[in-house]
Amino acid sequence: MSGHESTYEPTTAFGKWLDARLPIVRMVHAQAVDFPTPRNLNYWWTFGGILSFCLVAQIVTGIVLAMHYQPSAELAFDSVERIRRDVNFGWLLRNLHAVGASMFFLAAYIHIFRGLYYGSYKAPREVLWIIGVLIFLAMMATAFMGYSLPWGQMSLWGVTVITNLFSSLDSIWKGLGTTIVEWLWGGYSVSGVTLNRFYALHYLLPFVLAGLVGLHIWALHVVGQNSPTGLDIKTKSDSVPFTPYATSKDAVGMFAFLLLFCWFAFFLPDYLGHADNYIPANPLVTPPHIVPEWYFLPFYAILRAIPSKLGGVIAMFGAIAVLFFVPWLDTSKVRSTKYRPLYRWFFWLFAFSCLALGWLGSKPAEAEYVFWARVFTFYYFAHFLIVMPLVGWFETPLKVPGSITEAVLGKDKGAKLAPAKS
Amino acid sequence: MALDAEEPDRRDFLVLAAGAFAAVGGAMTLWPFIQQMNPDAGAQALASIEVELSPVKEGQAITVLWRGKPVFIRHRTPEEIKAATAVPMDALVDPLARNDALPEDTPATDLNRTKDGHENWIIMVGICTHLGCIPKGQSMGDSKGDFGGWFCPCHGSHYDTAGRIRKGPAPRNLEVPVYNFVSDTKIKIG
Ligand code: HEM
Ligand code: FES
Repeated sequence: MSGHESTYEPTTAFGKWLDARLPIVRMVHAQAVDFPTPRNLNYWWTFGGILSFCLVAQIVTGIVLAMHYQPSAELAFDSVERIRRDVNFGWLLRNLHAVGASMFFLAAYIHIFRGLYYGSYKAPREVLWIIGVLIFLAMMATAFMGYSLPWGQMSLWGVTVITNLFSSLDSIWKGLGTTIVEWLWGGYSVSGVTLNRFYALHYLLPFVLAGLVGLHIWALHVVGQNSPTGLDIKTKSDSVPFTPYATSKDAVGMFAFLLLFCWFAFFLPDYLGHADNYIPANPLVTPPHIVPEWYFLPFYAILRAIPSKLGGVIAMFGAIAVLFFVPWLDTSKVRSTKYRPLYRWFFWLFAFSCLALGWLGSKPAEAEYVFWARVFTFYYFAHFLIVMPLVGWFETPLKVPGSITEAVLGKDKGAKLAPAKS
Repeated sequence: MALDAEEPDRRDFLVLAAGAFAAVGGAMTLWPFIQQMNPDAGAQALASIEVELSPVKEGQAITVLWRGKPVFIRHRTPEEIKAATAVPMDALVDPLARNDALPEDTPATDLNRTKDGHENWIIMVGICTHLGCIPKGQSMGDSKGDFGGWFCPCHGSHYDTAGRIRKGPAPRNLEVPVYNFVSDTKIKIG
């Protein structure tokens, strides 16, 4: 990993014995204590730790829910009701898990936008960024399958609409889409068979996610953290050790986040969900207005903005796929948007488009909503495919400080501490 | 290794053969793991059902479940039939009948989507060809859309009184399953 030295020195006999056989304590010490972090990190950098917490929280609450949950079309709905009403503290565990999924996405979106703003995807962090996009995909798959488990009306019809996306492949190669959809369903419609396999995968995917997070952190510790200036650590005075500096800042961010989390879990547990999911699944009646969970709404708006079935599906998946190419689409020499006076406007326009798409996704697919969804869908793609390459080309960036130390302490003092650019 | 790199030797052969063996073996082992997810014989066997039509009066509709899918059965009024037959072919989004009992390229006339002599009955799989919602239009109070047939509220697809897509994102007409009149008032679906 990155070439800093571990200050770990085993003191006990056992410590020395283990260190010679499996230097695991040394590794943890190097990565979680000595690891040099930029001295100018702001609170947007605390979301990585918050996300790790979210994953652990989902796994822990999920495993105990699994002890009471029944994955069958006949029993699933009632078993979730039993968890909420009868199981000791079931109400709490269930609320933590359901609200936890929303909080996980909230943190992930903040984390992603942080990366976009400060150019954290640019060399040498391309692989780190790509693993991040893979994590985002795995999260979406996990949450989608999790939402099917209570087997309410939204569970059933959400699964129906989303799995049917694949049937659009029929227009490329006759029968291909239908074959895939029936394979996913294990029948000719979404049924208990589908629920059962989604449950198995919902249990599996978080562990895949944990593996990906491991790779993500590994890649991070090889290239080092980006910083609000977009500058890398060049000298010792640019950095502080991870513990206690980053750890304690992370703890402050985490507590603030937990306040929000608990506020929802205790006072508004159903605010982020849809009331129709408390109606048992009925394969003969479609709810009047199918909406996914809030965190999927921007993508849902993009799907509905395109008037062709296959086109909508391609646009929706394209909206995520385009993220993989961001490191090469952005042509700017400067990482941080802080020093990009022109790009900054486009960044906020992009953020606004995503929020607008989210709002539009919650509205019925009617005339003016569809019109605006098209406008913002256009900008969503234009931002990546047109703005990023062109603005990077034309823009004259502001003067970037010589080093992190200089950015924090001013030029004179900074120059004294960090003599020359290395 | 052979000194002459051009000439394939025994080792190359062994590597290739072992690689091919592993690839074929891997694919064969994978197959049961993929195939287990497909509908099993039990699901395929729930193939046909019989439905008594006499209780369904003109202007009424019922929905029955076949292979886990809803099937719409509507007893159409003369006006509804007239509306369906009056539609010129070039007004249709999807020109094909989508009638599983007829060849694929059959045009979507009203006659081709019903049974000769039983044009008052329209019988279709009630699943929107867009993303699989169940369109409204079976119950009295339902919105029937701009063309008096069915309306899918999920993303706004309008079907006419012959179940043909006329407006909205759905690409195809509602599917007409294979069915037969076993008597004047009874059908067998599947
Ligand atoms: C990445 C981590 C995870 C995410 C994002 C996630 C997400 C979700 C979501 C959105 C629901 C539906 C909640 C509702 O509206 O009722 C759910 C339900 C459920 N999940 Fe997870 N989950 C995760 C991990 C796990 C794990 C590791 C397990 C178990 C081993 C698990 C077991 C369950 C069970 C049993 C339910 C059904 C009970 C219920 O609906 O409250 N989950 N999950
Ligand atoms: S599923 Fe019917 S319009 Fe989309």
